[in-house]
Amino acid sequence: MDVEVTRLPGIGTKQEITTASGRRLGVLTHRDGHRELLVSAQADPDTSCASVRLTDAEGQALGTLLGAPNLVAQLQDQVREVEGIMTAQFPIATGSPYDGRTLGDTAMRTRTGASIVAVVRDHVVAPTPGPGFVFRAGDLVVVVGTSEGLGQAAAILEDD
Amino acid sequence: MHSVALSLIELGALFFGLGILGRLAGRLGISPVPLYLLGGLAFGSGGLLPLEGIEPFTSVASEVGVVLLLLLLGLEYSASDLVGGLRRSWAAGIVDMVLNAAPGAIAALVLGWGPLGALAMAGVTWVSSSGIVAKVLDDLGRLGNRETPAVLSVLVMEDLAMALYLPITTAALAALGWVAGLRTVAIAVLLLVVVLVVALRYGRLVSALVESPTSEVFLLRVLGLALLVAGIASQLQVSAGVGAFLLGIAISEDTAENAARVLAPLRDLFAAVFFVVFGLNTDPAQVPAVLPAALVLAVVSTATKLGAGWFAARQIGVGPLGRWRAGAALVARGEFSIVIAGLALTTGAVDPGLAPLATTYVLLMAILGPVAARVVEPVHAGLTRRLRPAAS
Repeated sequence: MDVEVTRLPGIGTKQEITTASGRRLGVLTHRDGHRELLVSAQADPDTSCASVRLTDAEGQALGTLLGAPNLVAQLQDQVREVEGIMTAQFPIATGSPYDGRTLGDTAMRTRTGASIVAVVRDHVVAPTPGPGFVFRAGDLVVVVGTSEGLGQAAAILEDD
Repeated sequence: MHSVALSLIELGALFFGLGILGRLAGRLGISPVPLYLLGGLAFGSGGLLPLEGIEPFTSVASEVGVVLLLLLLGLEYSASDLVGGLRRSWAAGIVDMVLNAAPGAIAALVLGWGPLGALAMAGVTWVSSSGIVAKVLDDLGRLGNRETPAVLSVLVMEDLAMALYLPITTAALAALGWVAGLRTVAIAVLLLVVVLVVALRYGRLVSALVESPTSEVFLLRVLGLALLVAGIASQLQVSAGVGAFLLGIAISEDTAENAARVLAPLRDLFAAVFFVVFGLNTDPAQVPAVLPAALVLAVVSTATKLGAGWFAARQIGVGPLGRWRAGAALVARGEFSIVIAGLALTTGAVDPGLAPLATTYVLLMAILGPVAARVVEPVHAGLTRRLRPAAS
């Protein structure tokens, strides 16, 4: 997919994609760092019918909503061949005991048999995070394991 | 009354009055620049109440205002923006210059102000107000539009052209003669190239000169360096503003953003003084005499700006309506026109009628510009609706 990047001197940078249906979707990153989601108008594709200002957390949430199901679907495809193994994603909520602690601290594999195979943060997937990986509120943790193991993993990430 | 006390009272009343005007401008949704000019017109020479004893302060402060206006403009753009803009939109920049410098120059010649007056008035009608344009685009939610890069590139080209226009005008107004004039222009070109190269290759070095963890030290360093550079540029007849503009470009991105943040309030203060002083030095009694000329200029230069924006947007493949939107967005003239007129008037080489004409013209255009940007869509829709049945 082509991402068209346009510098807007004195304002910031605009990154856009054109969808298969011919609409342009873009993100305008202002120089002060705040972001706007742009959706082109149907009648006049040169204008945007919506420009929505997003905070960092909102941008992250939107990115996760759009991006994470894909990742999980891909992983599910990969583990489908193995009987009894499933993939699930758990958020690190604000106030989670692991907000600010490392992946190693969870001792996930030892305690549940399930493995943390990826973490989604700021739209970006960190694949196979090491034991030193530090979780942050808003992270989405992708775990592979048995259904029993996944249940325990959810409980651990929620309240240890 | 004690003279210091009187000066403080006058200054206080002045700033407080400007604050009220600024709030009024905010309510009306227009740029405060025309109201500052009106405020200046109301007082001072020929006005209601002459302000005395604060000239030493206001004359220096208004010079600082010009330096800060141009420094912050330079900080807005990185060197790569300017070089990229130059590469992509030189054609749009030239069309814009030819179309919009012409009305001012012709008007000055018709009024009998000679080639120097024509040179100054050409600048007054040429340059759009980047402050008003950027605000209008933001207010109307058009920052994400396809034509917006075209609008911004025209602004970038104008600002870059100012780095040559101001020294040329300064030299011509100072009647330096051809040899000295060419030398000044050569210095300006050389400085511009050096600054662009330095900023692109060694931007960190310039930033390191001013960088400091405490904002107080940082502010003093940036302001100090800007005034030093402006003073030296002024000494070389390159014009103080251009020196500051080039310094702004040379300061690289992160530092530039911080500098813009700490300097913005100072810019607002000193630039306000600059506009008021310009208004103070303009005799309101002369405004009626130049009003017809200003109205004609306003109409003609609105049309030429529409054309320039239309061309710039077409260059990057924007549709018909977007082209007119680009043109209308650029109509506003403001701070730069006054900077140019101020520069011309301080030398005394041009007809004093230029002051009321420039003031009246900017008053009209600063108000007309945002209106044009708003009404362009309904007007375009109305016209196409009327024309389409006729065509089919």
